[in-house]
Amino acid sequence: MTGPQPVAGTGVKSSSTARVSPLLHAGDGALRDRLFSWLILGCALAVLAILVLIVYELLIRSQLSWHAFGWKFFVAHDWDPVNNQFGAMPFIYGTLVSSLLALILAVPLAVGVSVFTTEMCPKSLRGPLSFTTELLAAIPSVIYGLWAIFVLVPILRVYVQPFLAKTLGWTGLFEGPPYGIGMLAAGIILAIMIVPIISSITREVLAVVPQQQREAVLALGATRWEMIRMGVLRNARAGIVGAVILGLGRALGETMAVTMVIGNRPEVAKSLFAPGYTMASVLANEFSEATGDLYLSALIEIGLALFIVTILVNALARFMVWSVTRGMPTKSHA
Amino acid sequence: MPDRTTSPPRIPEISLWRRAKDHAASAFAALTVVLVLTPLVAIFAYLVVKGIGSINLAFLTQTPKPPGEIGGGMANAIAGSVLILGIASLVGVPLGIGSGIYLAEYGRNRFGNTIRFVADVLNGVPSIVIGIVAYAMVVLRQKHFSALAGGVALAIMMVPTITRTTEEMLLLVPTQLREAAYGLGVPRWRTTLSIVLRTATSGVITGVMLAFARVAGETAPLLFTAFGNQFWNWKVDQPTAALPLQIFTYAISPYDDWHRQSWAGALVLIILIVGAVAAVRIAVRRNTLGGVA
Repeated sequence: MTGPQPVAGTGVKSSSTARVSPLLHAGDGALRDRLFSWLILGCALAVLAILVLIVYELLIRSQLSWHAFGWKFFVAHDWDPVNNQFGAMPFIYGTLVSSLLALILAVPLAVGVSVFTTEMCPKSLRGPLSFTTELLAAIPSVIYGLWAIFVLVPILRVYVQPFLAKTLGWTGLFEGPPYGIGMLAAGIILAIMIVPIISSITREVLAVVPQQQREAVLALGATRWEMIRMGVLRNARAGIVGAVILGLGRALGETMAVTMVIGNRPEVAKSLFAPGYTMASVLANEFSEATGDLYLSALIEIGLALFIVTILVNALARFMVWSVTRGMPTKSHA
Repeated sequence: MPDRTTSPPRIPEISLWRRAKDHAASAFAALTVVLVLTPLVAIFAYLVVKGIGSINLAFLTQTPKPPGEIGGGMANAIAGSVLILGIASLVGVPLGIGSGIYLAEYGRNRFGNTIRFVADVLNGVPSIVIGIVAYAMVVLRQKHFSALAGGVALAIMMVPTITRTTEEMLLLVPTQLREAAYGLGVPRWRTTLSIVLRTATSGVITGVMLAFARVAGETAPLLFTAFGNQFWNWKVDQPTAALPLQIFTYAISPYDDWHRQSWAGALVLIILIVGAVAAVRIAVRRNTLGGVA
């Protein structure tokens, strides 16, 4: 059950310990074996303990806020530490909108890049291309934020936002003064940050689509694009959706880069030009300055909500990626 | 499809419309590559250009000047980062490797699957939430911010990554090696440490370095654990400056000189991460070549 066992001696206690041949260090080895397996088990238990601790601390320390506001906490709009009024709606809204905006921008790019690297580009380009996109994932969040403040935001303010206001201003999504900083900037920097995650997993998923699928579609006289659409993308659907959800999970919890460019104003505004606030960035900005137990408790409750949402999103994503890469029929998830 | 990279032969059955769509799709895919690589190139270009011009001896040897004053540096933040990362590695690396060994050698059962799942869940927890937990566990008990709290937060983030990569690497070691050791009468613990772990050393180290590189640039969990400090600090139980924290504080400040130092800090951070990863990899390669292989 647990791999090969020592040949000599009889198993003392199930699989984790075994007696060593009396020819070598009689008796001594069995004791050390048992100690070692306990030590190792202890490490594994520590991993479990970490998760239990996270849940415990978040639950216990958010009690005060939970008793004070109940479910209303998640729909109330006012965030007023001075008067001890706490509602998380502006932050939930900001997190959702910035993450969705990031997905809308990142998904076509990420899928395009993975299709290009797995199906179109010459083999010699494949390695360097995957490597460079992966490099994006290695850049610390705070450096993305730094770059966004001094490069992306000015570009948005001077070129992109006036253009959007002129052409798409009638939708109401792009109106108001072009600060540069705001929901749009947050969405764009998030998109740049989640493209590598989505594309690396999409690449993995595309790679497990059987070669015969491609050959069969080509043999029917399809062009390359039709082959990719019918033979590859359709088969990898569930896995790609999984990759996208995994990207969403990352976007929801992303803190520093967003905090640096979103404007940090707890308001619900329709326009993407307006400053906003996210659950992660309110924690980053206010946690160390929170005075009063209720204030701190309310912040921790936001952390708890963020924790629960990201866990659910990640579990769903892993299940979907797994369903493809383990060769389960994709149809059952369509 | 290698034979498809040249333009398809003119077969009458393929209509103009379908061929146009094919070309449009290729063009779109190529365009996405350009769009994705542009920010990458831009970020590195800005880092190098703005960073190199701002790094000088003062930056690397002095502590920060009061707000608004020109000059000063991030020496204490670099030292603080080393301290915090040292604590994190001291706690996180043994734990992660240990639980990885458990999963690979003892964990083919339901409990092992649970641990595997938990490690994956932990991997997805936002770093800011880990910060809250470290705050609740360490800062609230100690009553003040400390390097230890920052180290604990980063250690929690390192463990799941190291666990899963260690497991993967150990599973790559052929079963025959274990059997050969058992056949010679080597006890199991010794087989695991001296044969299995030794064989997989370079893979395990790669996993450790991945985890290290990931947490080295983390800022969010340090905000209310290590907290930052304008002065030198080598005490584990005192608030400590850290390079990513300093980059953040300076970047959102209103002073031009601090912005300049922020770029310099970012460049130093990237160099430290890449340098640490490269150094360990070279050292490991030399060791395994002389040792096992």
